[in-house]
Amino acid sequence: MSAPTQTATTVLPDRRAGARGALYVAEHQFRAMLNYRWTIVMVGLGSPLAYLLGIGLGLATLLDAEVGQGPGGPVPYVVFVAPALLASAAVSVATEEFTYTVMSGFKWRRVFWGINATPVEPGQIASGLVLAVAARMAFGGILYYLLILVFGATGSTGLSWLLPLVGVLGGLAFGLPLLAYSASLKDDAGQFAAVQRFVFTPLFLFSGTFYPLETLPSALHWIGWISPLWHASELGRVLSYGAPKPGWLVAVHVLALLALAIGGWLLARRVFTRRLR
Amino acid sequence: MSEPVVHASALTKKYGDFTAVDAIDFEVAPGESFGLLGPNGAGKSTTMRMVGAVSARTGGELRVLGMDPDTHGPQIRAQLGVVPQEDNLDAELKVRDNLIVYGRYFGIPRAVCARRAEELLEFAQLTERAKAKVDDLSGGMKRRLTIARALINDPRVLMLDEPTTGLDPQARHILWDRLFRLKEKGTTLIVTTHYMDEAEQLCDRLVVVDHGRIMAEGSPAELIRTYSSREVVELRFGSDRNAAVAERLDGVGDRIEVLPDRILVYTANGEEVLEHLSRENLHPTTSLVRRSSLEDVFLRLTGRSLIE
Repeated sequence: MSAPTQTATTVLPDRRAGARGALYVAEHQFRAMLNYRWTIVMVGLGSPLAYLLGIGLGLATLLDAEVGQGPGGPVPYVVFVAPALLASAAVSVATEEFTYTVMSGFKWRRVFWGINATPVEPGQIASGLVLAVAARMAFGGILYYLLILVFGATGSTGLSWLLPLVGVLGGLAFGLPLLAYSASLKDDAGQFAAVQRFVFTPLFLFSGTFYPLETLPSALHWIGWISPLWHASELGRVLSYGAPKPGWLVAVHVLALLALAIGGWLLARRVFTRRLR
Repeated sequence: MSEPVVHASALTKKYGDFTAVDAIDFEVAPGESFGLLGPNGAGKSTTMRMVGAVSARTGGELRVLGMDPDTHGPQIRAQLGVVPQEDNLDAELKVRDNLIVYGRYFGIPRAVCARRAEELLEFAQLTERAKAKVDDLSGGMKRRLTIARALINDPRVLMLDEPTTGLDPQARHILWDRLFRLKEKGTTLIVTTHYMDEAEQLCDRLVVVDHGRIMAEGSPAELIRTYSSREVVELRFGSDRNAAVAERLDGVGDRIEVLPDRILVYTANGEEVLEHLSRENLHPTTSLVRRSSLEDVFLRLTGRSLIE
């Protein structure tokens, strides 16, 4: 047996490999996700089923109050809550993939350091991870949307098919600042569990997921305003059943989500670069 | 004359006030097997990171494959193979998939990656473990897989940072054998190590590094010739007596080094030293005559032992 031949491949010193770096990182992440594909599918199906069944068939029957208003009057509770549930599912993917996966890449498995030695740049490692996670969010969002259709939990605006996209945007608006934070941590001394308990759960409960934000005392409204989940839920409601909102407010929702996502992404790229170089 | 693979002059790396690499000069020629020998913390890994175009230098000049890492990082890295000190294989992927996924980062088509992975698995003697999980491999197998992974892009230079640290003797010899084949084939190797036997096995030429500076440079044989004697006599009289006996050995051999646990007598002829001892009625508990090694060179240059 001899050493491998020098002629099998010729790697040209050009930038092509570098330009596609983020795609290669995403491809790698997908292959890794295949290892827990059943978890992804089961969570993707199980969580919407549980919520839609529990709320649509259970909780809603007990509610007399008119919670959500459409253009032509009140909408069923499950229609009101469905866009928010879909968005929170995407945010929940972010709390997993932009925490433990990042710590694993830098510290536990050190996979990012391996990639770092190739033509791929640190910013592309961050972008590739984001691409893969966004795809997972989109996959979950589409599953969720299909189940929402099965439950008849949309309005008739004709725009409800945009819900998975709003979910991804909400997930990234929450997830990309989290990615920057996770990448800056040298160790997980319980910070990720704290994010889950003290950031995600309160947002899930207090940013207009299950009832309109206005129901809360006005002293608590700020939670909604800073919450990507609230912005995504409200945007989803406008698209799904035409919740009557002023144009400027819809613009604020879109801009807030974009600002958080883009800001978080730029920050994350910087943190990755500083850490790996 | 062909252009050097690496050219460093006054290469410096500082972290705040701490100077990790202190204005070092060296060159690596194509096909050469070049070593950086020194204790932990000498600046070897930092130097490797700068050459590997993943850490910017603070000062001096550095060209790798004729390019400046500051401006041509991706192009340089495209032609390097890097075996890091700590394995960073992806345990979520199978053995073969680790090679394929890694090849993709160099823009190599999937089919080519797959073909090359087979060749490399064979080279790394891992063909039978192709579908195994990385975590089920032994330490030596993981290192071989990491080396195979570093070769996926057919690199012009293979950089190995402490390649055999933590491996048992048998695994080390298998690894050295693999590296030796690459060397024979003409791959340029850059190796850091704190094991003198490894440096002697693998390196045509090496620099001895300590505190971020180059203390000496040459082939293992040249270094030994310049900084040590042909033979060394190791004598143990018991730790409480070593120092006292050493005084009586004044003038014996070329030079005497007193370590806490033993006395080293540097000489061209070890047997003569032993004869002298018995004439003087000095009876060490153990005595050993051996060839001089790089360990002795390091001790001479720094006054310290390589492995504490």
